[in-house]
Amino acid sequence: MSAPTIDHTLDEILNLAASHFKVPREKLTADDDFFKTLGIDSLQALDLLTRLEHHFRIELPDYELQGVSDFRTLANRIQARL
Amino acid sequence: MNEFKGQTLSWQIVNGAIELALHRDPCNEIGSLTLEELEKFAAALPGLGDEAQALIIHSTLKAGFSAGADLRELFQRGQAMEKDAALRGVQDFLQRIHGVMNALDAAPLTTIAAVHGVTFGGGFELALVCDIMIADRMARFCFPELRLGLIPGFGGIPRLKRDLGNAVVRDLLLTGRSFNVMKAQQIGLVSQIAAEGEALRVARATASQVGKFDRQTAAVAKAFVKPIPYDELKREIDIFCNLYSRPAVAEGLRKFVENEGVQPYLP
Repeated sequence: MSAPTIDHTLDEILNLAASHFKVPREKLTADDDFFKTLGIDSLQALDLLTRLEHHFRIELPDYELQGVSDFRTLANRIQARL
Repeated sequence: MNEFKGQTLSWQIVNGAIELALHRDPCNEIGSLTLEELEKFAAALPGLGDEAQALIIHSTLKAGFSAGADLRELFQRGQAMEKDAALRGVQDFLQRIHGVMNALDAAPLTTIAAVHGVTFGGGFELALVCDIMIADRMARFCFPELRLGLIPGFGGIPRLKRDLGNAVVRDLLLTGRSFNVMKAQQIGLVSQIAAEGEALRVARATASQVGKFDRQTAAVAKAFVKPIPYDELKREIDIFCNLYSRPAVAEGLRKFVENEGVQPYLP
């Protein structure tokens, strides 16, 4: 089975984030700073990371996300693990 | 003292199990006040054990089980006194917390950590003293100490080595990465995974099950399969103190404590 496209991965991340943090999906875009758009702190970002790992069935070490704050880069990091 | 309500933790006996609840905001950072209350608990434990068959340790805070040692207090105390005095203070703190951890580790009760959310550093080490770890689906574990120039100091390395393969221990320590509950179960740390918010309920069911057995047999079986690595635990304190004396550690702690960014300072 081939890996999903980056657009598909990004879309799933945005859907999950919107649903869990109760933000309208249409307000989220790929280049948003997710800390600001979702209004989350570092602990909630870890929560998001755990949810994404469960959703995509991957392990994503937190050090790969240092300095990452936009959905597009996050999607790229996840894509590299699929 | 069958019931206690402290500033950082509380305990009571519920259906034959001692429930030790951690509740120091923001995420059960373990500093001197928590240590004092943990020592109170360790002193009360032999008496409590006469009336209970199990001990459950859990957190009432949403953020998680525990974020570990109170690094702000560690940094501020280090700044407020001479270097030698600060080192003696750290050594004293470590010896006292090891006293608590060893007492919990050796307790003849069956001990269960019911963890959720952040279970990091000293919090992870507290969970590791328990016989059985039950984790919420959203639990996340980490030994971040090397990222600040230290090693875990509350008994984490000897107890990880007791429970896991050395290659896994090296990965977790040397990368300082956090990992989720699926990984924790895969490597053998977590014995049961609970749905979100259900770890305490699952722990209570487990405590009820272990309560059906003869206590003496359970205590003998536990002592047989779970030796306490006292020599390595002592060495861990020495190694920690040697590392703590270096200026790089104070600098790492300063960056961590003074960081105002949205992401924590963890290289």
